[in-house]
Amino acid sequence: MPEHVDSVKTYTLVFAALIIATIVTTAVAFVDLGPFSVVVALVIAVCKMLLVALFFMHVRHSTRLTRLVVMGGLLWLFLLILLTLGDVVTRGWVGVPGR
Amino acid sequence: MASEAHAPAESLALREQFDTEAQQKDASTLGMWVFLITEVMFFGGLFLAYTIYRRAYSSVFAITSSSLNVYIGAANTVVLLCSSYTMVLAVRAAQLGRKNAIIVFLILTLILGGVFLGVKAYEWNEKFQEHHVPGAGFHFEGIQADQQGHAQLFFSLYFAMTGLHALHMVIGVGLLSFLIWQTRKGRYSAEYLTPVDLGGLYWHFVDIIWIFLYPLLYLIDRHLGK
Repeated sequence: MPEHVDSVKTYTLVFAALIIATIVTTAVAFVDLGPFSVVVALVIAVCKMLLVALFFMHVRHSTRLTRLVVMGGLLWLFLLILLTLGDVVTRGWVGVPGR
Repeated sequence: MASEAHAPAESLALREQFDTEAQQKDASTLGMWVFLITEVMFFGGLFLAYTIYRRAYSSVFAITSSSLNVYIGAANTVVLLCSSYTMVLAVRAAQLGRKNAIIVFLILTLILGGVFLGVKAYEWNEKFQEHHVPGAGFHFEGIQADQQGHAQLFFSLYFAMTGLHALHMVIGVGLLSFLIWQTRKGRYSAEYLTPVDLGGLYWHFVDIIWIFLYPLLYLIDRHLGK
């Protein structure tokens, strides 16, 4: 069977990276970065997500179709967030009579 | 005996509608990912609601989110990452057909999942004692009376998001118990490990949800409070 078996070393390195990222994101939270606190927290979270998805969930060994579905799903989530925030954020920009 | 070679009996590793075992495995994996994508959209709606209200009532949300215990949150994140590590090792053991190793790693994952849920229960109990549970008895110290509603909104979202995540953990614990039971019966081997593999995908997905919940609920306004 064409099953890819990753080494324990690979998994251990990914696991170590995830733990270090958790410590870093917790430590950075106490530093005042202004509006960049959210950005840094989310960038670290996305990196952790990619590590889990690519290595632990074997996306890097998946078929093209599976990868396409995963990307499509994330695109849909992006659209959900983009269009909803696009509405909420811009509501105050135009004066509406009676409001 | 000759006829068996031409028409192999249907087995768990190859049902008759598939050409090869690899094709069957790919179909199962794809199906699991489609399910996980629906889960992403499910949680996505909650994350979006949290983002919108956090933006609308940012000052109150900063105070309320800083009242959560960051050290417990961080410890629980580490526990969950450890459980993902043992889960991936269980899947690896299945790929290599090591039955006893599968059971050991699945039991470790189960224990770590139980620890996570125990800590979560402790945290929720704390909220009840502090009157931080939305409802008639809700009271948050240090903010004005007209902001109590906004604080309730934060804790409503907190309980909805962590509660839904915990529900997924409970389901995951059920799945792990089933996998341990089936592995003991010798159902999985290097040729057929699809349930272990898909159980792993589910467990890691629940881990990813927490990877986002932890910074968004516990961390992003921490620097303002101290």
